[in-house]
Amino acid sequence: MTNFLCARGLSCIRQDRVLFEALDLELSPGQLLQIQGKNGAGKSSLLRLLAGLSTPDDGNILFCGQPLALQAEQYAASLCYIGHQSGIHEHLTAVENIAFWRAAYQLPFTDSMDLLGQLGLAGLEDIPCRMLSAGQQRRVSLARLWLTQAQLWILDEPFTALDQQAIQRLQQRFHQHLAAEGAIIVTTHQALSQDFPTLKTLELAYRW
Amino acid sequence: MVVTFLRRELVLLGRQKADWLNPLLFFIIVLTLFPLGVGPEPNQLRIMAPGIVWIAALLSVLLAAERLFRDDYRNGVIEQLVASRQGLMAFVLAKAAANWLSTGLPLVLISPVVAMLLGVESKAFVAMMLTLLLGTPLLSILSVLGAALTMSADKGGILLALLILPLYIPLLIFASAAIEAASMGLPYSGQLAILVAMLLLALALVPLAVASALRINVS
Repeated sequence: MTNFLCARGLSCIRQDRVLFEALDLELSPGQLLQIQGKNGAGKSSLLRLLAGLSTPDDGNILFCGQPLALQAEQYAASLCYIGHQSGIHEHLTAVENIAFWRAAYQLPFTDSMDLLGQLGLAGLEDIPCRMLSAGQQRRVSLARLWLTQAQLWILDEPFTALDQQAIQRLQQRFHQHLAAEGAIIVTTHQALSQDFPTLKTLELAYRW
Repeated sequence: MVVTFLRRELVLLGRQKADWLNPLLFFIIVLTLFPLGVGPEPNQLRIMAPGIVWIAALLSVLLAAERLFRDDYRNGVIEQLVASRQGLMAFVLAKAAANWLSTGLPLVLISPVVAMLLGVESKAFVAMMLTLLLGTPLLSILSVLGAALTMSADKGGILLALLILPLYIPLLIFASAAIEAASMGLPYSGQLAILVAMLLLALALVPLAVASALRINVS
């Protein structure tokens, strides 16, 4: 199962502008793929293609050697996608938001207090998320990464608004996931501060 | 999963009371204005009552529909649910159930007061309760469909009405026909059977359409 996820000749056109074309990428279990590029270069569009949310204008995406469309269910079950929107409802508390995603990922119900403590959100569990700071909201959103059993994570700008300590903790979680044969695709503007031996980078150029 | 999702929707409705109080108040206001507008002549009101009650119910459910998916669309919950696939159908069912509990059920509960206001006789009143009980779940399911189709439209309100009101028309015809038949002492089980049939058909098929509409809207 070397080519866990593999894309061949992908292209994406938005509003008559070619974001990228003939893009190839490969990802094996245990690898971290960092996608870089200027604003508007098509990073989020690429992630949405890879998450199966939109279909490429050309090319195809293979998961375990099979086209994505043929096994959308299995692919979705092994995927955890967090887009640039938080995926949390601002009128719900951190605990309620986490319970929602736990149910959506069909995980058994357990107490989220330990997890909130780990994420530095202890004492904030019964405050609606709209009262939290941007970084705290991001932490609630990313709490899913501590719950999910998905093998592939696709994360759009996960480090936005996080403080140094939270960034370190998230990268430690990346290490754990990679060590457990997981794979991660992430977009960031900053270089990762920790050392990842299996890091691959992909630079998307801004095209006019 | 559906239970957790339903609880979430109910918690949200508890915190955003305007979402379900406004449609209910709208229903009451429209119905209190009618006797003032057309005059308090009891016979006239009695004849018009089935139509008035149902038109007010349609519009008040429509009022609640616009906001159904908007927050979850904006904050990315729907996009990420679509990506995970597993939770989508349960989410749709929970939305429809919560919508009925918050807008349909209050209309059923308040209908005795409405019946008194419009001078509806007891025979017709039973029919009115029954049609509301069978018809409002159908209204909720269809409005969930409309909301799903229009959630990414910026000001989707009028588009939603254009899409969904035609689907409400069969319901309006059979529900008010049932009340009218009852007020004349005629059997109305036929009309009720059609309402049940429409409800079951919608329950079986509309959630699939809603899930597809959500998928299309985030792709």
